[in-house]
Amino acid sequence: MPLYLNDEQTMLRDTTRDFVAEHAPVSHMRALRDAKDATGFSRDLWKSFAEMGFTGILIGENDGGLGLGHVEAGVVLEEIGRNLSPSPFLSTAVAAVEALKGTALAGRWFPGIISGDTVAALAIDEAAKHRGTVAMKAERSGNGFRLSGKKQFVTHGHIADLIIVAARTAGSADDEQGITLFAVDKGAANLTSEAERLADSSLAARLTFDGVEVDADAVIGEVDAGSDPLNRLLRAGRTGASAELLGVGGGAMDLTVNYLKERKQFGVTIGSFQALQHRAAHLYSEMEVARAAVLKAAQLLDEGDEKADAAVSVAKAMTALATTLSVQEGVQMHGGIGMTDEYDIGFYMKRARVLAEMFGDANFHADRLAIAAGY
Amino acid sequence: MMTDLDIFRTDTRAWLAANCPPEMREPVRSEKDATWGGRKPDFQPGQKEWMDAMASRGWTVPDWPKAYGGGGLSPAETKILREELAAIKARNPLNSFGISMLGPALLKYGTEEQKLEHLPKIARGEIRWCQGYSEPNAGSDLASLATSAEDKGDYYLINGQKVWTSYADKADWIFCLVRTDKTNKQGGISFVLFDMASEGVSTKPILLISGYSPFCETFFDDVKVPKANRVHDENKGWDVAKYLLGHEREMISGMGLASTGRNPLIDGAIATVGLDHDGKLADPLLRASIALFEVRAKAFGMMSERFIDELKAGRAHPAQPSMMKYYGTELNKSRHELMMAAGGSDSLEWESERSSSGAAPRAWLRTKANSIEGGTSEVQLNIIAKRILDLPSA
Repeated sequence: MPLYLNDEQTMLRDTTRDFVAEHAPVSHMRALRDAKDATGFSRDLWKSFAEMGFTGILIGENDGGLGLGHVEAGVVLEEIGRNLSPSPFLSTAVAAVEALKGTALAGRWFPGIISGDTVAALAIDEAAKHRGTVAMKAERSGNGFRLSGKKQFVTHGHIADLIIVAARTAGSADDEQGITLFAVDKGAANLTSEAERLADSSLAARLTFDGVEVDADAVIGEVDAGSDPLNRLLRAGRTGASAELLGVGGGAMDLTVNYLKERKQFGVTIGSFQALQHRAAHLYSEMEVARAAVLKAAQLLDEGDEKADAAVSVAKAMTALATTLSVQEGVQMHGGIGMTDEYDIGFYMKRARVLAEMFGDANFHADRLAIAAGY
Repeated sequence: MMTDLDIFRTDTRAWLAANCPPEMREPVRSEKDATWGGRKPDFQPGQKEWMDAMASRGWTVPDWPKAYGGGGLSPAETKILREELAAIKARNPLNSFGISMLGPALLKYGTEEQKLEHLPKIARGEIRWCQGYSEPNAGSDLASLATSAEDKGDYYLINGQKVWTSYADKADWIFCLVRTDKTNKQGGISFVLFDMASEGVSTKPILLISGYSPFCETFFDDVKVPKANRVHDENKGWDVAKYLLGHEREMISGMGLASTGRNPLIDGAIATVGLDHDGKLADPLLRASIALFEVRAKAFGMMSERFIDELKAGRAHPAQPSMMKYYGTELNKSRHELMMAAGGSDSLEWESERSSSGAAPRAWLRTKANSIEGGTSEVQLNIIAKRILDLPSA
């Protein structure tokens, strides 16, 4: 498969680009923030996503979805990133769907996701840095399990209808085996959530599971074999977050390059200064390399290639590096107004930082690649 | 069911297994491991056999037409051939500026006679070419070149000097930019081909910091060149030059990054520094530097794949080779900087047999030229800024 978007994917991109720019531009996020919106996104917009078919993008046609792949999901996420649109798309339509796909729980949750009624959250992180550790306990209790422990950085966790939880049914915290993935319903007893607003004005919850009882049929896949669905979730989530980062970095670069063409100092547009041209051209190069990495990861994932896992880490690390550069250069080249709340460029910087941290930062993924390569 | 491409892959694999000499599956360690061909070849064991075998199928230039010595392969077949060559870690059968630079320009701008005369000899490695572009006062500002070609009816009389002519002392022919009109800077240049054995041509190697002399000064003193050797119209040589530079930048961007599998840098670091009890490189900062470098190197490998796919489909931005050249050469410099750090004092030996005559430090020093030759990194950034980002001129 050639490493560029085919005609159908290009059409999807154009459609999505128009749709997101019209219904959820940066001003949409700004308005939600200014209103101190407690949900963190617009339910109406999520319904519109459902009407467009986006919510079922990774769900098979037999289950009522579009039956498309990670390349297409990435196309949507890039536009979400470019417009800084608050949306549960990544957690729900991408990561949660991939975890549930092919399991007995797909029939239970997919219809609500497709219709835009269900929002999913991912309770997988237990510390301020993403890592493989799962200490949360899931002990057998009656016909099901009792969950005890804490999770954090759970985007949409305070309002989600479905919370996907990684817990330990065997072994110790750093073991890869012995993890079980659970689909926990909204409003489960003994589950408390504390929503925190983050730097980018999105909301993430700290969840406390104080003996939360779930039935045996809440298990996603098999008991003790949760690393399978969890790895599917992570590969999809990381690839999706990379695509969204690409959009954030690309959006910031566009703002910056346009600004260089408009802003005058010393009687000329600042974009004619070689010092700034070289930095802009370097930034362009980094973003192009990141773009190739994202598409490669998504294609390999869609092909079920064994090299996908490494490519996903390359994509997540590379987009974090390139987008961090893009937002830093963006604020710098905008000068003083880049520091003002009134201009959008600062929003890009904040969103990039959140996405860089999500599912593992550049260091985490570089380390992961190094371990896989045996050093 | 086997598709035609599956059959092609199977046949190719079998043929390569039977025809690629074992010496040609060893990693390239120093400059002499590269095969160049030409009238005065300096073949190491296995090199000639491998070059001839590949040339017999047209596979030194697999995607050129068969009529010009190529393999006539489709883009998909060419890709399969490259993959199969990579799978057996085969060395490049023929290094050639004829293949990477002149060939594409002749295919686009040459007359049928010029194509039939020169392309098959390039494909078979019979004629080694060099490039006469830069002059002492025309480097980054190439269009300022002054070497003059005086119209003498059926031939040009050429006088002047070139510099940084790679391997001019080993080349058989030169493709050369000359000034045919002094009143028009870019519009007064012509592109000519001539034999380095012509009367009035002389060369002088330039010793570099690596201790090698791949570059020469080249002097032309009343050299007669038939007009039939001009490619494209008189005063239109700049079009040919620009087209060729795009290919040169692609070639330079890919240097040293085509390898598959684990980066030798990692093995080098493990050999000198060792692994700790967790199986991690015992120098954590070196490990981190290598790991972050690997992210960029792997991503750039994906970018190269994308660039080739886009080129084949005619979708690449015409200035994209500048981005590839810029990023690839800067990356290659960091790689060799890390290799030197990983090798420690062993990588400093300059002449010993153990160090293959200082292959590592010489290669490290060589990469420093990558971001200068073929248009400096700064020139590439100017091109990206103006032609891709559309930023205004000063």
